[in-house]
This record gives sequence, structure tokens and C-alpha cells, in this order.
Amino acid sequence: MALSYQCIARDGLWDNNVVLTQQLALCPALAVTGTATNGLGMGLATTAVLTLANVIVASFRNAVSPEVRIPVFVVVIATLVTLVDLFLNAWLHDLHKVLGLFIALIVVNCAILGRVESFASKNTMVPALADGLAMGIGFTLAMVALGGVREILGSGTLFADAHLLLGSSFAFLELVLIPDYKGFLLMILPPGGFLALGFLLAGRRVLMRRAERRALAADPGLSGAGA
Amino acid sequence: MTETVLSGSRSRIPYQSGLLGLVSTLAAALLVGANLVTREPIAQREAEDLRASLAQVVPDALHDNNLLADTVDIRDGAQVTRVYRARRQGAVSAVAYRMVAQGYSGDIVLLLGVAPDGSILGVRVLSHAETPGLGDRIEAQKSDWILGFSGLSLDNPATAGWAVKKDGGVFDSFSGATITPRAVVAGIRRGLELYRAHRRELNDATGSAAPPR
Repeated sequence: MALSYQCIARDGLWDNNVVLTQQLALCPALAVTGTATNGLGMGLATTAVLTLANVIVASFRNAVSPEVRIPVFVVVIATLVTLVDLFLNAWLHDLHKVLGLFIALIVVNCAILGRVESFASKNTMVPALADGLAMGIGFTLAMVALGGVREILGSGTLFADAHLLLGSSFAFLELVLIPDYKGFLLMILPPGGFLALGFLLAGRRVLMRRAERRALAADPGLSGAGA
Repeated sequence: MTETVLSGSRSRIPYQSGLLGLVSTLAAALLVGANLVTREPIAQREAEDLRASLAQVVPDALHDNNLLADTVDIRDGAQVTRVYRARRQGAVSAVAYRMVAQGYSGDIVLLLGVAPDGSILGVRVLSHAETPGLGDRIEAQKSDWILGFSGLSLDNPATAGWAVKKDGGVFDSFSGATITPRAVVAGIRRGLELYRAHRRELNDATGSAAPPR
């Protein structure tokens, strides 16, 4: 299978984005995106596990028989998550205090099993690494967008407490967009997650539609092929 | 050649169970190793966290001992509460312990610091899952409501006053969230009652210090 890295990157970031297109991993996506910072933290932790799982599975994919592949992949992913959790807790304890809640959630992130199953088990290690990074970054961007929208509408801030996650040098990210905002609780609570995600999906579709129309206008010959 | 041999045996049950066993064994070995390596640092980090929260309810000036090393477990029915004792020149100058209150959504873990006369030195919320924006005003970072308990005791206000205003007590509740402050007030009151019941035992200066963990 000839796969260009450009294709992989495009797939992960936009065309086949975990949240926006595949609509996988919605449990963690909706659960933790009360703020953009939380979305970023969850996204980064997931990216790390996703990339590692992809590479490890790709490295011994030929030895895994199809009948037992799912339990093998699940064991690999669960082990990775537990290792990341232990190491963060021991040596990056402040980060763990912020991310700790999300790390356990990564185990139930079906996007990881999905990528391992649909990509890493059929490709060599380097493309699997690229796919893990691209999918992870795409997921992170979607999480930050979702968290950002909910945080701005819900509490009038953006990237609150970012210094806890990224260190004090990133304190400049913390913005108060609407001073003296009373807050709009609905957006921070779970229903707000569904609402914000719905609007994000709709917004993405509008963009895609517009791009399609523009492509048609530029080259009318395509109209016969367009469905 | 090897590929075909491999794919032939791959579909057999022994190969599959062997593979599953091997993967699980490797995973277990990795986890055991990681646990051994990280156990000590994690315990250290957690002790630091605990020390930091204890310092919020028991001022450093009150003690010259290590609170974590001077603990006593008190029994109240089936409930065992670990109490950290602060001493100055051998005499107990304060105690601190956790209380769990039933909040709107799950447990609210409180840390109480109590002076020998039974008055509160400080209260902090260690963890909770209350509604953000409503119930989370019990956190010291979000509002100074929780600081209002310092200096109070079971006699101040009198027992009937240990409730939120809505229930005829003296404590404010937040608009939109009554259950959370009600739970915290009840938890603190239970904490003080626990202290009163075990006062002598806790302030016994000669009492042997329990070994750390």
C-alpha cells in the first residue's frame, strides 16, 4: 500500500479527524472539555499513547493472528496507559495532578483501538508513527476547539489554569475574554458538550460544502462525477 | 518461506493461546517493573501533597514535629479516622484529620485542623465532584466561604446553629446550590463531634506516636 505522508497528515488532521469525522472518542471528548486547557491536556496524553500503541503494534503485526488480535491490542494499550500513568505520577507529579483524571479515560478511548486495528496492524512502523501523530494532533485540535468554545461561552475565559499544565511560562495563554461574566453553566455541564460538538460538526460540514462548490465552479467538468 | 510457515501456524489454537499468554506475561512483567521503580517516588510525592494540605489547616508556627510521622487512628464504630498530631515541645498543639461528606454528586473530602480547645483552625476541601460554577464555591480558590469556619467550635455557634440558613442555622448557602454547603456544614459538625468524643485520647501527650505507615 503506497501511502504518502501528506495523505496521512491530511487524513488525521481534517479528512478523517477522530472527533469531527469518525466521531469516535466522544466519551472523553465530551467529558473533559469544560476548558480549552483540559482539552489540550487530554489531547496530548492521548497523542502520546496513540503513537506508542501504533508503533508497538506495527512492530509485531505479522506475529499476531487475526483471531486473537483484539485482546492482544487491548492488553498493549491498557499496559501503555498504566505505564504512562505511573511514570507521570512519579516524575511529573504536578502534571499528573492535572492530567491524572484523563489518563485512565484513555483506556476507553476507542479511537486508539480503532487506529491500531485499521492502520498500524496493516502498515510498517514509520507510517504507523506518522499516523499516530497525525491522528493525535487532529484529536488534540478538535479537543481544544471544543474546550475553547465551551470555556468562552461558559465562563468567559480561555486557557484558564494553562500554567498548571504547561508550566508558568505559558501563563500568557490565560485570557479573560469577558470580564465580570456571570458564567453560562449549561456550556460547562455535559449538555454543553453535546451542543458545542453539534455546532462544530455543522460548521465543518458548511466548510466542506463550500469547498466542494468552489471546486465545482472552478472546474465544471467535475459536476458529472460529483454525487 | 518463513512468512508462509508463520501464517500457516498462526491460525492454530496453540499458537494463538501461546501468543496471548506471551503478550500478557510481557505486559505483567513490565507493569511489575514499573510499579517497583515508581512506588517510592509516588509515595514521596503523595506525602508532599499531604504535607502541603496539612500546612493549610495547621499553621507551621504551631508545631515543631513532623505531622506525617505522628499519627493515631481513632475508631468510631466501623469508621477508622487517621489523625495527624501537631506538637510543640511535646505537647499536642493541634490535630488534623479527614472527614467525608456526602455531596450533591459523590463524596466531598474535607481536611479539618482542630485546636486543643476544640475550635477549628482551618478547613479545606481536598476533593469533590460538585457542579462547577455552583457547588465548587466550597473550594478556597473559588470563594472564601470555607475560611469562615476558622475559629468556630461546637459551642460557637450552639449545636442548633450548625446548619445552613435555609435549615435554621447560621451558615450561608450559595444561590442555586444548597445541598453542597449543607453537606459540608454537616461534615464539619460531625468532625467536631468526633473530636469531642476522642478529645482525651488525642491530646494525650504521652501517647506513643504511631510509626509512620
